[in-house]
Order: sequence, then structure tokens, then C-alpha cells
Amino acid sequence: MVEPTPLAIDIRNVSLWYGDFQALFEVDLQVKRGSITALIGPSGCGKSTLLRAVNRINERLGDYVRTTGEIQVLDQSILGDDIELAQLRRHVGMVFQRPNPLPLSVRDNVLFAHRIHRANEKFNKDEEDEIVENALRRVLLWDEVKDRLGRVATGLSLEEQQKLCIARLLPVKPTVILMDEPTSALDPKATAALEELIWELHGDYTILIVTHNMAQAKRVSEETAFMLLGRMVEHGVTEQFFLAPQKQETADYIEGRYG
Amino acid sequence: MLTEKVKPSASMNLDHRGRDWYTDKAIALLVFVSGISAIIFIIGIFVFITKEGFGFIAGPLNVREFFGSPAWRPTSLRDPTYGVLALIAGTASVTGLAMVVSVPFSLGAAIFIGEFATGRLRETLKVLVELLAAIPSVVWGFIGLSIMNPLIIDLFDVPVGLGVLNSGIVLGLMAAPIMTTIAEDALKAVPDGYREAAEAMGATKWQVIFKVVLPTAKNGLVAAVLLGVGRGFGETMAVLMASGHSVNIPTSPFDSVRALTATIAAELGETAIGSEHYRALFTLGILLFVVTFIINLTADLVVRGVKKK
Repeated sequence: MVEPTPLAIDIRNVSLWYGDFQALFEVDLQVKRGSITALIGPSGCGKSTLLRAVNRINERLGDYVRTTGEIQVLDQSILGDDIELAQLRRHVGMVFQRPNPLPLSVRDNVLFAHRIHRANEKFNKDEEDEIVENALRRVLLWDEVKDRLGRVATGLSLEEQQKLCIARLLPVKPTVILMDEPTSALDPKATAALEELIWELHGDYTILIVTHNMAQAKRVSEETAFMLLGRMVEHGVTEQFFLAPQKQETADYIEGRYG
Repeated sequence: MLTEKVKPSASMNLDHRGRDWYTDKAIALLVFVSGISAIIFIIGIFVFITKEGFGFIAGPLNVREFFGSPAWRPTSLRDPTYGVLALIAGTASVTGLAMVVSVPFSLGAAIFIGEFATGRLRETLKVLVELLAAIPSVVWGFIGLSIMNPLIIDLFDVPVGLGVLNSGIVLGLMAAPIMTTIAEDALKAVPDGYREAAEAMGATKWQVIFKVVLPTAKNGLVAAVLLGVGRGFGETMAVLMASGHSVNIPTSPFDSVRALTATIAAELGETAIGSEHYRALFTLGILLFVVTFIINLTADLVVRGVKKK
């Protein structure tokens, strides 16, 4: 018997309202563990909203946001009132559109989540140094910043900042990393470097990435999902998705007739 | 060919200066004068009090007695002494206690308004805090005199309720609104992206506030506290009414003290213009002016430090 590929994220029948405005309509999306899935679609189609529902960062806006349906991360339902958001966000990390390192040193940025989630354990400086080095090596940033660990992270270049924003997730060993247009603030060279890094991370982490850029979806993802006006239109293996889309809307979007 | 409609209506007078041009220049001048009037006033005030106080500084002032003696006896017929140590101690103890009262209070209020309260509650609180800042100081003095005084006598079983404790609390409550407003501005200046980033890493609300928001807003918060200190230092009426106004180096919070400001307010009207006493009071004024100027300047520099980054 063949064991089915376990799902990292299982979104079923999710609808979401911002006040009276319905942003998502009965959306389904299954993301395989260790894979990279790209979410594409025109502005306002709900792709970022869907992404931000997976770590429930949407709820920062207050009661005004209402979500129905079911989202599971590693077979655990995450939408219940009894879910500890701190724990959920430990397992589901997020990278934002604009690099947003905290105004702390590079080292403290990498250790920030680690210190929050393992506040009860003591780590000596050597152990922390090792954590910092491993995380920065993993995002191909160590050689660039190893002499600047004590500097304020907001002084790094945007590319370095965004890599740091990925590195700071790694010490707490997340399962899923959500990326909300992570290269939109970067220049083409930095974008290429970041895409290389994203590809480098796949397998160890499940990555769900929202992108405006169809070429980027083609380059970095294994599966692509297309959303339009709050609905999931089509989801498939990236190569086939772009070569032979099943739905007319998808084909029109890929060909650039709108969006 | 040009039709009648688009033909220029008059010849091009490029050097024509109409009424609008002069109005514009006049308003620009008016605004400029208003703008620099602050500089004129501050220099003017400084020159005036220095001139009045200079006769004392240059003549009878004995620096060691002035700063080292607690005896402020300007009206003594035989041997007037001008020691401000007790007055400085009075102002310092009252301001110090006021800060102990108001710093936790106003930082707490700022954190609540800035980070927790939302929507209408937040707006209402902000308006109320600003309203509180507008209460005249004589009203605060009245509260100290007629409410706090019997309360302190009752609670602590002391003969008099006017002193460091009373005026410190009154002054603390007085300084709190302005400190709250400035501290809240400092918190608001922290980019929301920082909070979002920390929350997305699983930080709780308190962790976000303590590990991210407060450290980032640090300079602004220090400035808020400094401005509160400046306010406490310069306050006159409330302190005059609630402190007991007796020259004394306090040894307990119930001791009556006298502040620098209150001394000037109470005595200046009864001195002969140009007399030694009169000039000594102006010297106190110079001292106050210099200290508050330094405090405010420091606060301003600290805030600018924030903006430069």
C-alpha cells in the first residue's frame, strides 16, 4: 500500500469576511509537506488574505475579521478558539513583503523567536552562537554578516534584511514558512538570490509563497494555485499549470489578458 | 489659425506685480516674524532676568552660602542670609516624588491607550487626558489643600498634611497627562511592521511591548519623562498651596518644604524694586531658568536622536 504524501496545510471550505466584505469564498487548498506552492492572482484576489489566515495573523485586525471553514496544519485544526497563537506561529513562520527585521542587532534578531519560545531553558553564549551561525549559514548570509552580528539589523541591505527575516524563523524549527511577496521590495539581483534561497530551503520546510510575478511562480514553485475574486480557480503542478491550464480564467490570466 | 477664444487676452506682462504678489510677500513676512518671535522672547526674558539678578550675583552673592546654606532669611534685619539649599531640596524632593507617582502612572496609561485601547475608547481617553492637562494649576493646589490635606492627616495620623507627600502627589497627577500624551506619541511612532513581525514569530502582546515597542520608543519615553520633570520643576501655584511653604530640608515625606518657584511667587511682590532681596529672587529665577532650559533641551535632543536614526 502506498502511503499518501502527508499534507502540511489542508485548507477546506474557508470563507473569510472583513466586516461585511467577503474576501474569501469557500476556498480549498492542499499543500504537500516539504513542497513549494505558489499562490498567484491579480491584486485583491485574496491570496494574501488566504496566506495570512494560515498563521492567523489576520486576526491582528480584531473581531472585524471572521473566518469559517477548516484549516489544518499537520493534521491539527488551527482555527479553534482554544488554539494558542504563539504555538501556532512557532510552527508556521512568516516572511513579509517589506523586510521587517526588528531594530535589534543581527544576532538578537536571529535569536528573538528562539528566546521567546524557549524562555524557560538556559542557553549559554556558545550554544546561542551556534544557533545564530547555523541559521545564518542556512540562508546563505553567514559570510556576509559574520563580522556585523552586533550591528543593528535595520542597517543591512534589503536583500540581507529579507534573508535575515527567514533566518530568524529557523531556530524554532517551523514546519511551514509563509511568504507574502517576499521579493517585491528587492532589486532583480537580490530577487534572484532570494529565489535561490527559497529553492534551497524546500524539502526541509513547506513553503507557501504569494507572488505577483508569474515568472517567479514558474521558477521557484512545484505547484501553483490561481485565485480570482476570492475564489480558488485552479491548482496544479507548476509545469502543467502554465503549459495547459484547465480553466479559461487561468489561461487568460497567464496570457496577460488581465491582472 | 487661432480662434478668437484662445487668443491671449492681454499682452504678456511677465514683470507685472499685482496685488496677489504683494499679499503673498506680506503674509510671508508676517509668518516669518511670528516664527522667530519665540527666539526673540526667550532671549528677551533671559536678558531681563539676568539684568535684574546681576546686581546680586556680582555684588553680595556668596556662592558657598548661596548653594551650601539652608538658611533663607532675606528679611532678617540684622543679618539677612540667602541660602537656597533648603529651597533646592524642597523643589527636588517634591519633583522626585512627583516622578515616582507619575512615571509608572503615565507610562501605563500611554501603553494602554497606544497598544490596547481601540476605536472609540482610545479616542475618548486621548481627549480626556488632554482635558486633564488643561486643568489650571491653582485647581490642583486647591485639591491638595482641601482634599489631600485632611486625607493625609487622617490616614497617617500626622498634625499637618501639607508637605512633600501632598505636593508630590498633586504635582505627579499634574505632570501625568502631558507625559502620557508625549509617551503615547512615542509609542505611536514605532512602525507597526515591528509589532507584526514579532507577533508573527509567536510573541504575546506583552512580549511585543516589552521586547520590541518599549525599546524602540525608548528615546521618546525618556523625553516624556524629562518634560514631566521640567513641568514639575517649574510648577509654582500647586506647590505653593500643597507644600506647606516652610524653609526646611525634609527628612520625612510629611515634612513641610518650600520650592524655588513658590519662594519667588510669594516674596517678589513684597520686596522693594532694586533691593538686595529683589535681586536675590531674580537670581533664583536665573537658576530655575537655566535648569529648566537644560532639561527641555536634553529632552529635545533625545527626541531628535530618535528621528535621526
